Amino acid sequence: MNIFDRPAHTRGSPMDAPAPHQSHAGAGPHAAAGPHVGRPMPRPNAKRLLAGRGKYVTDLVLPRMLHAAFVRSPYAHARIVAIDTEAARAAPGVRLVATGADLARLCTPWVGTLDHFAGMKSAPQLPLPLDTVVWSGQAVVAIVAETRAEAEDAAELVEIAFDELPVVADLDTALGPDAPLVTPDFSDNICFHSAIDAGGVDALFAAAAHVVEDEFVFGRHTGVTLEPRALVADWDPSEEKLTVHHGTQTPFQFQDLYSRHYGIHESRVRVVAPDVGGSFGVKLHVYHEDMAVIGLTLLAGRPVKYVPDRLEAFVSDIHARDHRVSARAAVDADGRILAIDVKDETSIGAFSTYPRTSVVEGNQVIRLIGAPYRLEGYRASLDVVFQNKTQTSQYRAVGHPIACAVTEHLVEAAGRACGLDPFAVRARNVIPDTAYPAASLSGYRFEKLSHEACLASLRPLMDYDRLRAEQAMLREKGIHRGIGIAAFVEITNPTPAFYGVGGARISAQDGAIVKITPSGEVRCLISVTEQGQGTETIIGQIVADYLGVSREIVKVITGDTEVTPHGGATWACRGAGIGGETALQAARKLKHNVLAVAAAILQSTPDALDLIDGQVVERANGALRMSLAEVARIAYFRSDTLPAGTDAQLTVAHHFAPSGYPFAFTNGIHGCHVEVDAETGLVKILKHFVVEDCGRIINPLLVEEQVRGGVVQGLGAAFLEECRYDEAGQLTNGSLADYLVPMAVEMPDILIDHVETPTRDTELGAKGCGEAGTAAAAAAAMNAVNDALAPLGGRLTQIPMTPARILKALGTF
Amino acid sequence: MKARAFAYARPRTLEAAHAAFADAEGDASYISGGQSLVPALAMRLQAPACLVDLGGIDALKGIAFDDGVLRIGALTRHAQALSDPLIARHAPLLTAAAPFVAHPAIRNRGTLGGSVALADPASEFPAMMLTMDATMEIFGTDGLRDVPAADYFQDLYQTAIEPGEILVALKIPGAAPGTRIAFEELARRRGDYAMVGSGIMAQVDDGAVAQIAIGFFSVGATPVRARAVEALLTGRALDAAAITEAQAALDDDLDPPDDTQVPAAMRRHLARVVLGRLLTRIAGTPGEAP
Repeated sequence: MNIFDRPAHTRGSPMDAPAPHQSHAGAGPHAAAGPHVGRPMPRPNAKRLLAGRGKYVTDLVLPRMLHAAFVRSPYAHARIVAIDTEAARAAPGVRLVATGADLARLCTPWVGTLDHFAGMKSAPQLPLPLDTVVWSGQAVVAIVAETRAEAEDAAELVEIAFDELPVVADLDTALGPDAPLVTPDFSDNICFHSAIDAGGVDALFAAAAHVVEDEFVFGRHTGVTLEPRALVADWDPSEEKLTVHHGTQTPFQFQDLYSRHYGIHESRVRVVAPDVGGSFGVKLHVYHEDMAVIGLTLLAGRPVKYVPDRLEAFVSDIHARDHRVSARAAVDADGRILAIDVKDETSIGAFSTYPRTSVVEGNQVIRLIGAPYRLEGYRASLDVVFQNKTQTSQYRAVGHPIACAVTEHLVEAAGRACGLDPFAVRARNVIPDTAYPAASLSGYRFEKLSHEACLASLRPLMDYDRLRAEQAMLREKGIHRGIGIAAFVEITNPTPAFYGVGGARISAQDGAIVKITPSGEVRCLISVTEQGQGTETIIGQIVADYLGVSREIVKVITGDTEVTPHGGATWACRGAGIGGETALQAARKLKHNVLAVAAAILQSTPDALDLIDGQVVERANGALRMSLAEVARIAYFRSDTLPAGTDAQLTVAHHFAPSGYPFAFTNGIHGCHVEVDAETGLVKILKHFVVEDCGRIINPLLVEEQVRGGVVQGLGAAFLEECRYDEAGQLTNGSLADYLVPMAVEMPDILIDHVETPTRDTELGAKGCGEAGTAAAAAAAMNAVNDALAPLGGRLTQIPMTPARILKALGTF
Repeated sequence: MKARAFAYARPRTLEAAHAAFADAEGDASYISGGQSLVPALAMRLQAPACLVDLGGIDALKGIAFDDGVLRIGALTRHAQALSDPLIARHAPLLTAAAPFVAHPAIRNRGTLGGSVALADPASEFPAMMLTMDATMEIFGTDGLRDVPAADYFQDLYQTAIEPGEILVALKIPGAAPGTRIAFEELARRRGDYAMVGSGIMAQVDDGAVAQIAIGFFSVGATPVRARAVEALLTGRALDAAAITEAQAALDDDLDPPDDTQVPAAMRRHLARVVLGRLLTRIAGTPGEAP
């Protein structure tokens, strides 16, 4: 092995091997590639999944398993007058029919508020409603039968008499003077109000050379996962033990919730998350049907399976976005943005989602607006408003796309007002790379960001000057191409400041058990989870490097509360940064133990030895002493030959919680190149570009997969995805024929470059990258479309940018 | 999402299929490729007591050209419209439309007869039948009968096929040598139902339009022929002025529905755009497929 390929910790630093990517200010041991860390290693599980050997909850069949189906409300708001289940109970194959009252006897209610969101309110929720339905599609009655088809047959026989109530189906109705109340116990439809005022805003606007302003609308959309939500709940009365096979990101969170709301000892609740077919934030919230299924297995004493079909998913999975934002910026004569003043109104469902609430998105919108830039004044208000629709909550890049689109639209406008090119106006306004640590006026503290370096990288990556020249040339032929860019700041690696302080039992720490097997191989059981993004791959890379073995002999096991230590799991971009650091520290601890045993055997000292590629070597000269397999053989089978008093601990358990900055912020910048057909309103996305800085890159291949996948979801939001409701609160496009998701054919090539600014808060130095693609894609696309439309006199401030909206903006009809 | 239970029959002859349908006392559906019916069954939008599978009936298969008429058996898959040389030669408009029909997996299962029998007004093939003046061969109580396309498409999902009758074949007059064709649709994603689409076939002699057929889909309850435009263009040179006049005249041929995604005024506009683009291609591309 080449000495320069070794991880930094295995020899004297500083590491002088070239980093795989351009390294920014944080250059040093952090940014170096090890034998595995920093290398583009493919996901071992990808082959398994492609070979059809995935084990999804959707495929799971247990002996004696029953199937649940739900009767849903056809009304967005109605009183339940009577429920007749007699015919359903008598239908073939039916084993159980349960109503809200039946489950309320077993399950305590939940309330989707957090203490640190002062003044927020939300009605208590139960698995199934007792007397009122509050959105169209809400589950009312559960049917459990021998087959799903029989359960659906019986569901058709349930008769529910409803009394319709006035529906709140849009923001203006919800906020109107005589608005019907979504929750009659509350005096209005406001879930949460928040405001930020850093002071001086009015004076800055009064003195500004230019004021640019606009109103923005962000459509409601949802995170369409390939595999729907899925669970099989299995109550074993003989052991009083609940096992839930659950397609989720957060098994420990659900273990806690099922335990507390159903009064079962935590030690007797096991949640297993096997292969999960995509999640994107969808699968970490409490869903009413899912909670009901726990009650159903308790009542039936048999395993109960529930997998929503696609139509059910559209009316019950969380939705996201749905914001109306008014924003203005004060700009001086040189194009400096002095202040931003913003008002965000967002409509959620009939209550706040549990346990992460429905207000985090709005909160992040008003805190992320303006985040890349030096401002002198900032003022924001947020109103989170109830309405009779499906609940909303955290979906990939929570709040970021909205904050980014608003900010970047204002920045473009500021540039236009002052005759500055998009690159020039950003260069003039971003927080300089040398100015860190820095803070936003909204209260976020930034350890170190790299906006200037990213801007500098994006320009050649896009071949910006050529694109501009080509644009001008094609204009003369009536071809309207547009170029848009958008800078972003991303929230990753959250500490307990995110949920813990609000009283949610959502862990900010992670735990790992790493052990040497008798053959000298390695198992790592870790609390972060895998949904296809490659968590297990990077954990294996980190363990391999910091222990000193090859990646092939490291088996990573995730997703089972009975097997791994307790931890926060995978959300908000914490798998690499927090889970990775946990694995690093655990591996280092285990290495210390291995070397101690080896030193005892070799009559050496641990300090004089090292473990490299599975071999114990002399630290000083690399001379081979013994294999890890031999250490393990002796420790496990011939402990009698060890010197007296040797403490052979070849398994370690280790926990890590981030404790420095409340969040590890990352940053980057997107570029989007589009061609608008001004006659049809159709947009061809020609190419998309991203320069991102997620700190130390553990696996560039997976970072780029994350960014590309995120860009596609962001472009979906920009052009296609929207949950459309009518005035009666009915979702009118709740199928994949009508709700358009981005498909491969419409997606452009996505070029990616990296800047690496590791966080100093951890030794690993990694931050998150999962939101980076989604955060700014729509903003860049909107700027690109507006750039294309500018000479034609059109401007869009609403996404998705549909052909109808584009043609409307052009005054075509 | 599970279909309600149903009985299933797979007859070998038209007569047996007809009888199986009759036995179910009207509570039956014929199934061929199933690309529209199976989702409808799964969503329980349809729940017939019996499915009569037409897939085993040889009389519904085959493609032949005889006496100037191309006869396409109803069970012909969409994918065959892409690849069959007889179709390419005698009904090139179908070949031109086929790549726009959904996606390969659907084209491998879906049948031309199924599409034309369902008569979705947003579908490509039914509109092309109208454009090509095809005749539908239908089997019923009195044996076979022919219905011209102009009489066949009656209303939304309503055709001349009576309950229990079976669409047997599509009979298309062979395209004359030198026929110019062009096809285009505007869809938000490749393979989606179009916001507006159209196919045109024309004979241009000495620079003037001798004959022209213009069919639109996704503009109303049924496929639509733009007959006012056809009349206006017949005998004219296809120059810029004629195309502009044709676009203006198109309004009289269309009565599109209003919906939130594509308002009626937008649909009229898009239809004019498509017409303009297709006529420009027809004017410039003698005798070749687009």
